[in-house]
Amino acid sequence: MKTRSICGVAAALALSAAVTLFAQAPAGGAQAPAGGAQAPAGGVQTPPGGRGGGRGPVSLLPKAIDAPDIRYEVVPNFMKMPPNVYMGEGIGVDINSKGHIFVNTCAQQTRNFEFDEKGNFIREIGKDSYANVFCHGLRVDAQDNIWVSDEGANSIVKYNPEGRAVMILGRRIEYPLNGIEQSLPAQDPAPPYVFNRPTDVGFDAAGNIFVADGYVNSRVVKYDKNGRFLKQAGKRGSGPGELTLAHAIAVDAQGNVYVGSRSDQRIVVFDNDLNYKTVYDHVGAPWSLCITPGPHQYLYSSNSNPDNQNTEVHKVTGQIFKMELDGTVLGKFGVPGKEQGQFSTVHGIACRNENEILTTEIVEWRMQKFILHPTAAQGGK
Amino acid sequence: MRYSRLAATGLAATLLFAGSLFSGSLFSGSVSAQAQPREISFDSAGDFLKLPDDIHLGEVAGVATTSTGNLWVYYRSGGPNATLGASRNYINGGARLLEFDKAGKYLREIGTSENDRPYAFLFAQGVRVDPQDNVWIIDRASRMVVKFDRSGKVLLTLGRRPEAIGERGSSAGSGVYGRGTGAPGLGVPGDNFNQPTDVAWDAAGNIFVSDGYGNARIAKFDKNGKYIKQWGGTGAQPGQFNVPHSIAVDAQGNVYVADMGNQRIQVFDNDGTVKSEIKNVGATRAICISPGAHQFLYSSNSNATEDPFLNGEIYKMELDGTVLGRIGRAGKQFKEFGMVNAIDCRDPNTLYVAELMNWRVQKLSLKN
Repeated sequence: MKTRSICGVAAALALSAAVTLFAQAPAGGAQAPAGGAQAPAGGVQTPPGGRGGGRGPVSLLPKAIDAPDIRYEVVPNFMKMPPNVYMGEGIGVDINSKGHIFVNTCAQQTRNFEFDEKGNFIREIGKDSYANVFCHGLRVDAQDNIWVSDEGANSIVKYNPEGRAVMILGRRIEYPLNGIEQSLPAQDPAPPYVFNRPTDVGFDAAGNIFVADGYVNSRVVKYDKNGRFLKQAGKRGSGPGELTLAHAIAVDAQGNVYVGSRSDQRIVVFDNDLNYKTVYDHVGAPWSLCITPGPHQYLYSSNSNPDNQNTEVHKVTGQIFKMELDGTVLGKFGVPGKEQGQFSTVHGIACRNENEILTTEIVEWRMQKFILHPTAAQGGK
Repeated sequence: MRYSRLAATGLAATLLFAGSLFSGSLFSGSVSAQAQPREISFDSAGDFLKLPDDIHLGEVAGVATTSTGNLWVYYRSGGPNATLGASRNYINGGARLLEFDKAGKYLREIGTSENDRPYAFLFAQGVRVDPQDNVWIIDRASRMVVKFDRSGKVLLTLGRRPEAIGERGSSAGSGVYGRGTGAPGLGVPGDNFNQPTDVAWDAAGNIFVSDGYGNARIAKFDKNGKYIKQWGGTGAQPGQFNVPHSIAVDAQGNVYVADMGNQRIQVFDNDGTVKSEIKNVGATRAICISPGAHQFLYSSNSNATEDPFLNGEIYKMELDGTVLGRIGRAGKQFKEFGMVNAIDCRDPNTLYVAELMNWRVQKLSLKN
């Protein structure tokens, strides 16, 4: 989520400091990324201990910044809310087999909305749920169940297609004496069934459940379809198989698991048994991930412009990358901004239809639909 | 005792509380293998509560039947508003009380909007129905026990919800939140509860409240709510408690207290004198005594937060603690249990169980 977390706040402070430092002493300049991409004016880097998770300076400039642009357009005014119902910060978005759209939003309460395929509001899912504490994500599985991740409730709730809660993973901390949500201490390794600000959930073809956990824990956890713990991997860090803010997750048709390690700007790939396979570190901070269905799958990753509103940072962030599953970048699209068709801190991507991308954004309270026109080299038909 | 040491505010309390979540030992009870009794086979009616489209159960803290078979369900919902006070922060709303008919059809809610809900509804801990079909809710956060008649009218309140903003200079010391100055865990004499957990009555209508997470005592009142006496204290000795979590009274007026943290049921006479203890049935989170000429005692060895697949079985016993059989196990499917917090056993062969971690009520039909 936003920079409300401890690490997020630290990152925001570090970024501000770095930008100031750079403006005063340009000789220090942006570090040239190994990928050979050119640093645009205003390149930003962070000092050790900042966003890089303690492993030294990390450029905010994605190595793949020079990837070719994918031509795209936004569907104007796609999201249609009824009078007196307000979208809050757009957090998670996904599509079911009927084309209906589900959105998780941080409103006055955390809420989940269902829209039809044209973007018309239909209903609310899980109204007044005990686990609506602090929104963090929403995914729809192959059976059209709706899974909502809540980092405040430390819970992931599976709603059936009718909208009834049928399984709960994790548990909200029991009532604290003074009435405010309390924090759990960080644990490495974490207990199998206790999340600590979990962020996202994914599924393989067998129905196994994979949870990104999260802001305080630093792991990915595998459960069977009935919620029984099978395995976990990861600890805090930036080494092989390590994670620093596991913020997004996606699973491909072979069961490989892609985890967005946001604070150190890596996509960490595990096999289905959570053995570490590889890492993609060239597409910026993976705030949100999505893998398309079909015989040829693509991976989308959003290097979202951070919600600290730093315009210097916005110069080098805010694009969504389209990749092959092996990490080869095919193209990118999008720019930060508040206008329709721009991105204001993307927090959710839905890509059930390969060239029709839905996004939810934090800073502008909206869900947007984009139509992509990739060339043949970019995976177009 | 970790809970009684909790200050009302402060980082230390936060860490202590959080730490206890991981201890596992308090709320998880292993039962030795030689004590494993026979399995009682049973069916679950599955998803039998039929809710309106816009009402969703959360953690179900309590379920209780009336003499006509209707069901009352008290649960932890969402939608709280935080009130920030100088010394206490408060959540308003967050608990709901529903009535269903015996087929599971939704009938009504007590307080149909957030502002209409009774002042005590903050964090559901339990609901019980007395022999006159009055409905009693126990709320852990408002620290109250409230008696409604069957129409929903308030007849009696015990305890008082703390004000959101404390008096200048007030602290969480003596006299606040039910903490007394006597033995640890013994609260202020009277109905000043500290996170109460359950309520029961004897044949004369005397009221017994288990109190609770903050205190460690049983408080006895007459049928009009006049305080009679209290007993308990923090510890593991006979007559002491480590989270008295559930309470039941038999036809002779004996008082059974589920001493969850000490993994036992303590039996007292009607005046609070220790008679015996029942052990080796795990962490006793919820108990129930059936009516009738031959009474049975049920107790749930509920799973802990940390493992939704550990323990979870319910024991059926004679009142002397002789185990007659065990029912079910922890898990997320039907016929499995996710932290049972209440059992209704008005019919000894038809149990209703309220589950915190699975957000539901199951109706169980015992077969043998």
